[in-house]
Amino acid sequence: MLSSVRTLWYTFLHLFQPNVTVQYPDEMPYLAPRYRGRIVLTRDPDGEERCVSCNLCAVACPVDCISLQKTEHEGRWYPEFFRINFSRCIFCGFCEEACPTYAIQLTPDFEMSEYNRQNLVYEKEDLLISGTGKYPDYNFYRVSGLAIPGKDKGEAEHERPPIDVRALLP
Amino acid sequence: MSVPHEILAGLLNIVLGLAFLLVVAALLTWVERRLLGFFQDRPGPNRVGPFGILQVAADGIKLLFKQDWIPPFADAGVFVLAPAIAMVTVMLAMAIIPATPAIGIIGNLNIGVLFFLAMSGLGVYSVVLAGWSSNNKFSLLGGMRAAAQMVSYEVFMGLALLGVVMLAGSFNLTDIVHGQRHMWYVVPQFLGCIIFFLGGIAETHRLPFDLPEGESELGAGFHTEYSGMKFGMFFVGEYIGIMLVSAMTTVLFLGGWYGPILPPFMWFGIKTGLLVCFFILLRAALPRPRYDQFMAFGWKLLLPLTLLNILVTGALMLGLPAST
Repeated sequence: MLSSVRTLWYTFLHLFQPNVTVQYPDEMPYLAPRYRGRIVLTRDPDGEERCVSCNLCAVACPVDCISLQKTEHEGRWYPEFFRINFSRCIFCGFCEEACPTYAIQLTPDFEMSEYNRQNLVYEKEDLLISGTGKYPDYNFYRVSGLAIPGKDKGEAEHERPPIDVRALLP
Repeated sequence: MSVPHEILAGLLNIVLGLAFLLVVAALLTWVERRLLGFFQDRPGPNRVGPFGILQVAADGIKLLFKQDWIPPFADAGVFVLAPAIAMVTVMLAMAIIPATPAIGIIGNLNIGVLFFLAMSGLGVYSVVLAGWSSNNKFSLLGGMRAAAQMVSYEVFMGLALLGVVMLAGSFNLTDIVHGQRHMWYVVPQFLGCIIFFLGGIAETHRLPFDLPEGESELGAGFHTEYSGMKFGMFFVGEYIGIMLVSAMTTVLFLGGWYGPILPPFMWFGIKTGLLVCFFILLRAALPRPRYDQFMAFGWKLLLPLTLLNILVTGALMLGLPAST
């Protein structure tokens, strides 16, 4: 009986406490930088596409919402098309973890409602952004040993020149 | 020629009173949701109109445009009658409340208290008939609970009033308020006031005593099968019931319109309004008791206490005749 009265009093005191509601469309909630929202494809600091179409994201995806096709241009690999079906995507972030080149990233944006379900299928031009996303300095081709025009083997960062396997000197 | 004028004035009084009641009952739905929200650290409905006050209109329109559905297995006549009873009884009971000596429909009725009890007794029919005619086991369970709850709590509510009636020496609510000119009856009849209010909560089957509805166990209890405006009528009845119990508590125990400085009708409004807010606080704070606990609480605790209250009041009145 007394506990009921105490409950009444504590509930009454809540009248003077601020609301915890974030009135969403008027007032945007704070989303952490690592929030798992809309997926983007980023570019390296030189403005080239980071994606090397290794297909690891598509393999990691538990709902198979990513599909892509590899193509090559001047020694670099690119996705010919890159398609994410956001009506299937569960925003688990596995694709981001699987990506070896930091190309695919999840962003703190969740406002992607559509009236037509087809519009939730994002093509490469919808996904590709002009920036570097969360890793501003990373450039896959600058650290990888792959030879591309303008950078031969052994010229990557922290890479020693290639060993001449036919030479006897160590 | 003077008689038609009086009749016209009386009719106008009734129509205005009814309209006022309905508007306030509709606004109460909004007040309740906002207040409940604040008690739970959230804003409540605040999007439609200033402070969300037009939510009332939006809800009304929604209810009116819903399909008016009578289930094929229901007893149609009784099914339609039940919500009407819910509304009519509380509105009739509201007629005897004297807001001030001038404002009120028949505040001077010489059997005011008895009329109130009679009308709340008739109000039981609405839930019982609703539960019965719905032909649905949850509704029936709700209706049976409502019958048991309201009939048994009416006993203590009536008996708790007796102390006041004894002190005032009248069933007339205006006389009862006049009797509180020097001291509110809540002081000599504190126990009676508490028990009357508890009985009032049970009568209006509001939380925490909403066992007839009990959505966690009975779906929606006696109004499971109701939709649209018939459902709305149950709720208008419930909200007018809240106002009725608050106004009755004000009139019987809290000195009605008496108060310093402010005009009488404002004092009545303030007291009633605070009690209505207390109803909402009760809803926000307290859990629903189990059904057997609730009945035991009534019959084993409140009934003896009420009888004791009457006994002590009567003994004191006989012993100290000057104090009345």
